[in-house]
Amino acid sequence: MKVESQNFIPAAQIAIRNPNIQEAVTTGTRNSYVKRNLAMSTPTLEHGEAMRQQAAEAKRRALRNLPDLLEKAEANMKANGITVEWAQSSQEVCRLVVEIAKKHNVHLVAKSKSMVTEEVALNDVLEAEGMEVIETDLGEFIVQIGKTHPSHLLAPIIHMTKPEIRDLMVKELGMTPTDDAGEMTKFAQAHLRHYFLEADMGISGGNFILAETGSICLVTNEGNGRMCTTLPRVHIAIVGIEKVVETVKDYATLTQVLPRSGTGQVMTVYTHMINGPRQPGESDGPEHVYVILVDNGRTNIYDTDYAEALACIRCGACQNACPVYRSTGGHAYGWVYAGPIGAIVTPLLVGMENASPLPQASSLCGACKQVCPVNIDIPRMLLDLRHDLVERGETSKIWDIGIKFWAIGNKSPRLFQIGGAMARFGRNHVLKNNFPGPLGGWTDYRDFPNFAPKSFHQLWKERQAAKNTNNGGANNG
Amino acid sequence: MAHDSKRPSPKGKKVSLFVTCMIDMMYPETGMSVVNILEHLGIEVDFPMAQTCCGQPAYNSGYRSESKQVAIQFLKAFKDSEVIVTPSGSCAAMVLHEYPVLFEDDPQWKAEAERIVSITWEFTEFLVDGLGITDLKARLPQPTTFAFHDSCHGMRLLGLGQAARTLLGNVENATIAELNEHEVCCGFGGLFSVKMADVSGAMLQKKVNNINASAASIIITGDSSCLTQMNGGLSRKGSSKKVRHIADILAEGLVGEGK
Repeated sequence: MKVESQNFIPAAQIAIRNPNIQEAVTTGTRNSYVKRNLAMSTPTLEHGEAMRQQAAEAKRRALRNLPDLLEKAEANMKANGITVEWAQSSQEVCRLVVEIAKKHNVHLVAKSKSMVTEEVALNDVLEAEGMEVIETDLGEFIVQIGKTHPSHLLAPIIHMTKPEIRDLMVKELGMTPTDDAGEMTKFAQAHLRHYFLEADMGISGGNFILAETGSICLVTNEGNGRMCTTLPRVHIAIVGIEKVVETVKDYATLTQVLPRSGTGQVMTVYTHMINGPRQPGESDGPEHVYVILVDNGRTNIYDTDYAEALACIRCGACQNACPVYRSTGGHAYGWVYAGPIGAIVTPLLVGMENASPLPQASSLCGACKQVCPVNIDIPRMLLDLRHDLVERGETSKIWDIGIKFWAIGNKSPRLFQIGGAMARFGRNHVLKNNFPGPLGGWTDYRDFPNFAPKSFHQLWKERQAAKNTNNGGANNG
Repeated sequence: MAHDSKRPSPKGKKVSLFVTCMIDMMYPETGMSVVNILEHLGIEVDFPMAQTCCGQPAYNSGYRSESKQVAIQFLKAFKDSEVIVTPSGSCAAMVLHEYPVLFEDDPQWKAEAERIVSITWEFTEFLVDGLGITDLKARLPQPTTFAFHDSCHGMRLLGLGQAARTLLGNVENATIAELNEHEVCCGFGGLFSVKMADVSGAMLQKKVNNINASAASIIITGDSSCLTQMNGGLSRKGSSKKVRHIADILAEGLVGEGK
């Protein structure tokens, strides 16, 4: 997918002024956030915290042992009859999928929801090769017919209002207009049914890969994931290398927090453990199962202080909790991963120079870390990324100079007071309620108070002088 | 090394006030409120005149070297202090959480930074958790309904929130009401508010709407930065509601004889 993250500020402005996005994103994120808080504090908040700590530890342990676990996972998947491929780049992912598709004479591909395939822009490549690709997750399907991109990890069309979805389905699919969400879903299901039955190949992502059993795990709510991975002759699971965990027990730990954090569910409607192709005597399942393990920049993160970002289980809780995401929606972030986790992994995966506004797109409020089911210290990493931006000279010169002056004024007590007096004079006697230059953003949205006539330093000095006078000057305070 | 909540007890020690640069220039009366409350409690207060800023604006923007220059001035200014109290959760969090990072590899200043971290307290946690004072025996001149806005750094990095509620809850004539989304950021975020003014403004608008919908006439915060953001938004929208610093309200309750 094309990276447009450098455009964050104007894109955010457009989203903020779009009442539909505001209504849809505010409602969607708030609902999920409230449900998440309830689920993670049931039966008690302490219980939820304990689950978070266990999940965090399971993912940290998996990351520490990642090279070994990947080898173990590969060996056990192969033993299960799964063909394992490794892809270093998005081009390699696409090339492998095309090769597999050609080998099996594939014309129609049914896809279950997968962010990594968004990352590598797989659909475009398959369509260029003459294949028909259909997204079968309801949200992804709407995204596909609307020719747009998902704006949220779990809820791809969180940015759309119901009337917008209705109008799109009427226009693109000839649906009889209805405002009943159930009817709209039924219509989409009926439309999708024959694709499931006729598809030659199913493509899914993977929430986890279990090293000890060689299993692909998928948690879904719509049933389309099961159809995509069982009905077509061929199934390819495309999975980031960071999704490997060690044991079934770790998986159990993580599936406690994933649905709770994402949708507030104790458990998703469907939980799949895929252990290989159809065996002799089995009535269903694909003839061939492939797993493509995707790097695409992840090992570069693994070798840095930002490795913890790879612990993300893509639950979307940080997006729902983030007041910035709630205001901008996901598209403003300009790539696949939006919100707090996106503000970290996007610059790390696509290059800082291609996503330099994203680490700044946070008030550092810390809500993301608070809700993260694996306790990723997102605010800490945002601070570190901002430091990296300064070190790399990728900050605006006006701020570089401003901060230099600020430091000079604040490391000397004398200059601090002179600077304060100048700022007071400037604010109280020169500036009106529209500040110049880079400070103008403040007065676009809010008033700025006058400075006090006297600083605390001055008041304290006067107070001590008065005390000394009262004490006959005997006490120097 | 992260902030250790088990700081030595500050009881019986002289307090050095770190007033914060913002209160120094814009709200010095809030600094005086802190002094008045502490002196009312019989605590000796000094104000090291060499203090400037904690360094957070540069730190949060990634300018660590500039931030450190200012943080060193902080260490110098408070070198003789036994206990540092500051009426800001955000500035306290800068010292308690980020000085350990800033001075981690600095042989010259690391030890002093650790000492400073071990003696620094946010104002409300100093009273309640540090001294064990929960009731100032204060009384407001008028019955007033308040609600709390939980400032992010204080709440999420220092675990603040309950101390201020306890103190205000024990003030006569003070009623505490709910503020919807009291735990959601007001959108200030330091330079974020000018660098990403549209986003910050959108966050502020939601906060203003929630404040206007609250039964409270006054919103309480422990940070003058959030206060400036929220009052700026309220005033721009012509709201009659105001955000005020917890120290100012408590100090008003002590004027006269209290209850």
